[in-house]
Amino acid sequence: MSLGTRPAANAAERADNGAMVLPGRSHLRAQRAVKIGSLAFLILALSAATLLLGRYTVTIPDFFHIVAGADIPGASFIVMENRIPRVLIGILVGGAFGAAGAVFQTMLRNPLASPDIIGISYGASASAVFAIAFLGASGLALSGFAMAGALAVALAIYVISRRGSVAGYRLILVGIGFSAVLQAVVSFLLTRTDINVATDALAWLNGSLNSSNWDRVTVLSMALAVLAPAVVVLSRPLRGLELGDDAAAGLGVNVERSRLALIVTGVLLAAVATAAAGPVAFIAFLSGPIARRLLGGYRPLGTAALVGMVIVLAGDFAGANLIPGVSLPVGVITGVLGAPFLLWLLATANRSGQGG
Amino acid sequence: MRLNAQNLTLAYDKRRVVEDLTVELPAGKVTVIVGANACGKSTLLRGLARLLKPAAGTVLLDGKDIHSLSTRAVAKTLGLLPQTPVAPDGIAVADLVGRGRYPHQGWFRQWNTDDDAAVASALRLTDTLELSDRNVDELSGGQRQRVWIAMALAQQTDILLLDEPTTFLDVTHQIEVLDLITDLNRRAGTTVAIVLHDLNLAARYADHLIAMKDGRIVAEGAPLDVVTEKTVADVFGLESRVIPDPVAGTPMVVPVGRHHSARRPEASTTAKTPGFLANPQDGLSALSMEAAS
Repeated sequence: MSLGTRPAANAAERADNGAMVLPGRSHLRAQRAVKIGSLAFLILALSAATLLLGRYTVTIPDFFHIVAGADIPGASFIVMENRIPRVLIGILVGGAFGAAGAVFQTMLRNPLASPDIIGISYGASASAVFAIAFLGASGLALSGFAMAGALAVALAIYVISRRGSVAGYRLILVGIGFSAVLQAVVSFLLTRTDINVATDALAWLNGSLNSSNWDRVTVLSMALAVLAPAVVVLSRPLRGLELGDDAAAGLGVNVERSRLALIVTGVLLAAVATAAAGPVAFIAFLSGPIARRLLGGYRPLGTAALVGMVIVLAGDFAGANLIPGVSLPVGVITGVLGAPFLLWLLATANRSGQGG
Repeated sequence: MRLNAQNLTLAYDKRRVVEDLTVELPAGKVTVIVGANACGKSTLLRGLARLLKPAAGTVLLDGKDIHSLSTRAVAKTLGLLPQTPVAPDGIAVADLVGRGRYPHQGWFRQWNTDDDAAVASALRLTDTLELSDRNVDELSGGQRQRVWIAMALAQQTDILLLDEPTTFLDVTHQIEVLDLITDLNRRAGTTVAIVLHDLNLAARYADHLIAMKDGRIVAEGAPLDVVTEKTVADVFGLESRVIPDPVAGTPMVVPVGRHHSARRPEASTTAKTPGFLANPQDGLSALSMEAAS
């Protein structure tokens, strides 16, 4: 529809590119490479900032001495036991949430269809709070409960919204219904429990990298070592699925099987990330649309993972350093960012005829 | 490459939409399927494209049951452009067309020069080369439809099924799209089946015309034989005159309707009397009697 308004520009393009095969392709590729490179650089820069700066500043030479094995009193412990696991968990969790969100958003062609909107994260929360409040769970057991909760809710949403085929809107509405119920469950559990336990549970519910340690890094990287290849494999049928079911089938995608595999992978990604750092607000929701704005839907899962890493690292760094003397968990920062973004998305989605 | 159906019955849940239908798409020809809304024409196309599992009967691709073949093997031979495909937000034209290469790729066969060549040729054929780095979102309806057809072409199949490729297009773009499909058929010998709404365009562009009603084939054959006043009345319940299309010589359907019979002053004066309005059947038979005289 915009073509009519810019005939001159179009004529110019025609003259420039007429002779070339696939005009603009190399230009487009270069642009993408620059953007992806910038994201990677941002991740490196934010990691470096988290590793070196903060209440205790570590110099770059000291950092390398410590990593090489030198024991600098105080600094060694902070770097090895606190900051490195923190950065690693931040990267892994950000990537997992980003990819999980993009799996659902791309497959259902709707930015609202991310696990933190459709109740999967709340499933993890309700189950984890139950475990904290009544079973005194912590560490790995807590992670296990969070995962089981996420999977149970995802299964329930899938079964209820299935009838016929998984229609995007129904799945989202059913999911929002589940979110509401599960939020009530979380509130109920919190009011029924001891105040100290409730404080623990609330800290977990905020989502933070504060309790990062090497055990969690190990568990999370093992889980992602399985899930990341699955994401790579499934990103291929996803390229067909995002054109609609019939078009996908016409291209030779096995629609039902691919969709189920994508749902399971997406839920597991969100679940392992939630288990490691709590339900960090809106990472899954924000990453996909931002990546799409940046890169026009090129490799939606990978780019969303990169954006997720940037958001978590930036949010964590900001939370730790924004207000002197106060350390805010990353989930508070991303929550503050996420709410206006949600409103903006709702306000603009249908106006531009995109995003359902 | 042959595509035919034998005693095919297609159903959604329990509702039977296509009943015991036997049909063959003539190889290397353009087949157009017409019929009133909900006559099962799109369903038949989906059944032929392996998108629906038959409740009874079989679809044969080159003599083999299409459901015994792998999804990918089918997709290399048979392309489908559904009625309402969805372009992902912000996707570039060349990327969307590139998706057509899906069935030709795999784990050990990533994007290569064949794919580049197929995409470039699809863009050139559909005259969308200069749009290749534009966003699909910013294109006009006609351009977008050409891009979707380019995607189906990049799939490089011997058979191409298109479900109402001209819906939502203005008349200029309808002609443009159908001309393009005819070009492909003539140049590459692609077997084409199109579901169309417009009877006159169907009669003009079809080598083989299939008229459907209530899930069955009422008439099929060359447009000249199929498009008659009687068939139009049978299939669409519409009274019409069929005259030769002044441009193509193919049959052209001119609907009669209840009003605007300008050449028949008597009829239009009758039309003004309340009696005619109260009993339209009388008016219609009056018209046909006139036509007979």
